[in-house]
Amino acid sequence: MNELKVLSYDLRKDVVDMILSGKGGHIGGDMSMMDILVTLYFKVMNISPDNQDDPNRDRFILSKGHSVETLYAVLAKKGFFPIDEVISQFSKFGSPYIGHPNNKLPGIEMNSGSLGHGLPVAVGMALAGKMDRRDYRVYTVMGDGELAEGSVWEGAMSASHYKLDNLCAVVDRNRLQISGSTEDVMHHDDLQARFAAFGWHAVQVDGHDYDALAAAFDEAAATKGRPTVLIANTIKGCGSAIMENKAGWHHHLPNQEEYEQIIADFAARKESALHE
Amino acid sequence: MNKIPNRQAICEALMARAEADPDIVVLCSDSRGSASLAPFFQTFPGQSVEVGIAEQDLVGIAAGLASCGKKAWCASPASFLSTRSYEQCKVDVAYSRTNVKLIGISGGVSYGALGMSHHSAQDIAAMSAIPDMRVYLPSDRHQTRKLVEALLSDEKGAYIRVGRNPVEDIYTEEDCPFVMDRATVLAEGTDVLLAACGEMVKPTQEAAALLEKGGVSAAVLDMYCVKPLDTETLLRYARQVKAVVTVEEHAPTGGLGSMVAQAVAEHCPKKVKCLALPDAPVITGTSKEVFEHYGLNASGIAKAAEALLK
Repeated sequence: MNELKVLSYDLRKDVVDMILSGKGGHIGGDMSMMDILVTLYFKVMNISPDNQDDPNRDRFILSKGHSVETLYAVLAKKGFFPIDEVISQFSKFGSPYIGHPNNKLPGIEMNSGSLGHGLPVAVGMALAGKMDRRDYRVYTVMGDGELAEGSVWEGAMSASHYKLDNLCAVVDRNRLQISGSTEDVMHHDDLQARFAAFGWHAVQVDGHDYDALAAAFDEAAATKGRPTVLIANTIKGCGSAIMENKAGWHHHLPNQEEYEQIIADFAARKESALHE
Repeated sequence: MNKIPNRQAICEALMARAEADPDIVVLCSDSRGSASLAPFFQTFPGQSVEVGIAEQDLVGIAAGLASCGKKAWCASPASFLSTRSYEQCKVDVAYSRTNVKLIGISGGVSYGALGMSHHSAQDIAAMSAIPDMRVYLPSDRHQTRKLVEALLSDEKGAYIRVGRNPVEDIYTEEDCPFVMDRATVLAEGTDVLLAACGEMVKPTQEAAALLEKGGVSAAVLDMYCVKPLDTETLLRYARQVKAVVTVEEHAPTGGLGSMVAQAVAEHCPKKVKCLALPDAPVITGTSKEVFEHYGLNASGIAKAAEALLK
C-alpha cells in the first residue's frame, strides 16, 4: 500500500469540497501539485505545528499561490488548523482562509499570489540560513506558466551566485495555463537546459510518482555548491479523467454531476492505491 | 557648508549598530557606491548582500531574509525601487509584514539632467498608497541619523527617501529634536503654515525668514513622516493660520500636499497651496536649477505664501 498516495486522494477530496464551499478556486493546478506537496510535508520537510517557530525548521513558500487549496488541505492534515473550518469558511466573508496564502495563518511563511515572487524570497531565506549556519532547507513550488515572469530568473541567478545548495525549487510542469498550452502561450520546452545554464542542478521527475519524488528530493539535498530545481512533470487536474489535461479546468467550478464523478474517480484511485 | 549627504548618514548610522547587532543586513543592487554603502560592505561583508541590477530580486531577497529574523535594509535609486520593485514592496514587504527598510536613494530630481527615467517624482504617492507602508523623507543628516536609529528599533517595513547631494544642516548633532512619527516644529507663526518634507525643508525654513522680514508670521513644520502623517501637529498649526503652503520634491498629486490638503479640508477648511514639481517631465538641469525654475526655493516659496495671503 502506498500510504501517501492513499492520503493524497483524501486531500484531493478536501480541496474539491473547499472549492465548492467557497464557490471558486484553482482546481487544475491544485491537483497537479498535490503529490509534490504531500511528499514535501509528509516525507521531506522538517515542519509541523510543534516546531513552526523553531528557527531551524524547513521553510516552504508556495510561489504559485493560487494553488492555496492544496496547501490548506496539507497544512490541515499536518494539524495547523482544522480541515472542517477551512472547508466551511474558505473564501467566505471575513474568513482567514483567503484565496491565496497569507502568513497570518499558522504554517504559512509568506504571502503570495502575484506570480514570480517565491523564488527571490526563498533565496533570501536560504541566504539567512547560510549566514546563521543553520542547516534548514528552503523549498518553493512554482507553476510552469509562472516562469515567464522575469523575477523568477533574477532569483535563479542569485541562487546560483550564492551557491544556495540549501534551496530546492520545484516546477509544477503541467504544461497548461489559463489561456491554453504553455508551449503556445510562452514556450518552456527546454527548462532543464535553461536552469542548468543559470547554474542550477536541474532534474526531471514524474510529479505523481512518490518514490521518484522522494528520490529527487534526496538528490537535491545531496547536491552541494548549487541549488537544485525539480522539473516535476505533472498532469493538470490529476485524479479524475474529466478534468485531466484540460485548460478549462484551471479554475472551473464543478457542477453537481461533475462533483460526483470526480469524487467517484478519487475513490476508485484511492482503492487501487490501497493495493499497490 | 555641509558635505555629508543623507545617504552617507544612513550608512554611518547602520555601521554604528551593525557590529553589536549581526542581524542587520544591507542589500544593494549594484548601488553600494551611489548609496554611500561601500564602507558597510567593506566592514561587514558577512552582513552585506549584492544582488546585481535586479530590483525585484533585491526586495524579494530582503523580505526572505527578514522573515528569518534579519533586519534587512535595501538601497537602490528611488526611481527604480519605487517602480520596478513596487509589487515586491507591496506583497513581500507590506502585505507579508516583513522587517524590510527600503532606502530610495537619489530621490526626486537628484539625478538632474539624466532625465525622467532617473527621477522619482512618483515615489511618495506610490509608496503611500500601499496599505501598512510607512514613508519617510528626512530633511538633513542629523534627522536622518535619528530616523535610522528609530527604524532599527521597530520590526515593520518602511520606505525612506533621501537625495543624492548634501543638504544644508537644519539641526545640529546636539540639537536635533526628534519624536518618531511626529512632525518637528521649526518655527512658530500665525499667518501662514509652511509644511515641507525632505530636502525642501531647508528652503522652506529660509522662506519663513524672508516672510518674517516682510511682516508675515510663518509657522514651519518639518513633515519628515509623510505617512503616517502627523495630523495632530499639522491641524494644531493649520487651525491658527490663514492659509497653508506645502512644499515637496514630488509630482503635484498624491504626495505631501495632497495628504495635507485632505486633512485640512476635512478638519479646518482653508486655502492650501501645494508647491511641487510639474505633472510633466522636468526641464533639463541640475536639481538646483530645476528647483529654481519651478519656484521650489526660498524666494519662490515666500512669493507663493504672500500671494495666498492676499
